[in-house]
Amino acid sequence: MGNKTILYTQHVAMGAKMVDFGGWDMPLHYGSQVEEHHRVRQQSGMFDVSHMTVVDVTGSDARDYLRRLLCNDVARLKQKGKALYSAMLHEQGGVIDDLIVYLMTEPGVSGEWYRVVVNCATREKDLRWMSDQVMKMDVALTEQPDLAMIAIQGPQAIDQVKSVLSPFRQNLIDQLKPFQGQESEGWFIARTGYTGEDGLEIMLPDDEAEAFWQLLAEAGVSPCGLGARDTLRLEAGMNLYGQDMDETVSPLVSNMGWVVAWEPSDRFFVGREPLEAEKTAGVKFKLVGLAMETGKGVLRQGQTVVIDEENQGYITSGGFSPTLGYAVALARVPFATGDEAEVEMRGKRVKVRVVKPPFVRNGQKVYS
Amino acid sequence: MSNIPNELRYVASHEWIRDEGDGTVTIGITDHAQDLLGDVVFVELPEVGDNVSSGDDMGVVESVKAASDVYAPLSGEVVAVNEDLEESPELVNSDPYGDGWFIRLRLSDVAELDDLLDADGYAEHCESES
Repeated sequence: MGNKTILYTQHVAMGAKMVDFGGWDMPLHYGSQVEEHHRVRQQSGMFDVSHMTVVDVTGSDARDYLRRLLCNDVARLKQKGKALYSAMLHEQGGVIDDLIVYLMTEPGVSGEWYRVVVNCATREKDLRWMSDQVMKMDVALTEQPDLAMIAIQGPQAIDQVKSVLSPFRQNLIDQLKPFQGQESEGWFIARTGYTGEDGLEIMLPDDEAEAFWQLLAEAGVSPCGLGARDTLRLEAGMNLYGQDMDETVSPLVSNMGWVVAWEPSDRFFVGREPLEAEKTAGVKFKLVGLAMETGKGVLRQGQTVVIDEENQGYITSGGFSPTLGYAVALARVPFATGDEAEVEMRGKRVKVRVVKPPFVRNGQKVYS
Repeated sequence: MSNIPNELRYVASHEWIRDEGDGTVTIGITDHAQDLLGDVVFVELPEVGDNVSSGDDMGVVESVKAASDVYAPLSGEVVAVNEDLEESPELVNSDPYGDGWFIRLRLSDVAELDDLLDADGYAEHCESES
């Protein structure tokens, strides 16, 4: 028996196939994950992501604490509600987890409040690490286990969400820029997501979540499971922790170089030194996209990518892209890899193109 | 509980067999199998004219979840393959016993039919695997 989110009974009632995910009973799909995928690309879908871990960071040293804890720099957050994608690294530069951090208060005020959302499968080690890193700083870490979280994604998602909310919240949503959120009476409404589509992620008190989920369903938003969530994020070229990166690799070989804020150069963050050394020595690998534009078959995690006789890589995430109609993957390959490779698949080698992710954004193929 | 039609025969590797009564059989994968696989995205089948022996792997089903071999439940010559699966592999999910059929086989030894499971036997087998 796993943990259940507040929406568990809704999922079962809607015919979900439930699976274990990081100790939680979560919907894999409600019939067809490919159909759910298309719904999100073409209309809208909603995902229960209440299993994710929400931690509020407060105290007079909150900002300094996060500037040290994260490889991206929260000093880049110049507006209330703004979100930053980042990662926590250990002393050797490996990725403990990736995360989103929101600035919840006006910037620059004393006693800033940040909200950090980390993965559920890494919850315990993340909380332990975050707690260990407080040391003597004036920082409070407060988990928010009583918040549900629903992601509503797709070209029609924002309009459909607005149709079931008060005029006040409609107006609040209209003001949101991409990657920004705002609070409203215990709700936190953010224009973020993990699909490559426009949409919202809404945190709200557990006791309001079921009613909101039902209203969204009545407004025509399709419930979607983890299956579609995975193929959507893969098409969008977004990493999945535990597959595309983990504690054994640095962000520099995980297509996350852009998440490392090198400037200002005097900012210390945990893992900075080994990353600088890696950069100076020359980064050996890179995380790329693979597209199998011809032939049948599906690229899968763990398959070997053959560059030439001496150089190999491996697929970190692979799958069938419903939008493109063929298989795509993320793979870690030698840095010098060109634009073609072969993948060992079920005893034979198949040709793939090496491309720069993402594969799909806003319903359209975007790589070339 | 998945759908297991009484008039069909089965093998433990989750293929179904319909005896057409003229020395040929139609073969596909069961409702239980498609449910385990999830959405089917590619199906690779043998070609018309190929000879297969019972137990051979004769094709591959790729779903969103995994690649699975398809085994020939009987021996014979392939006389037809379902070409609709090329464009519409999702038929395997939506109609596994109808439009989602895989191949038709002319049997080399009709006595092999006696070795197949009936619906009850297959239901028990699924039960034992779960």
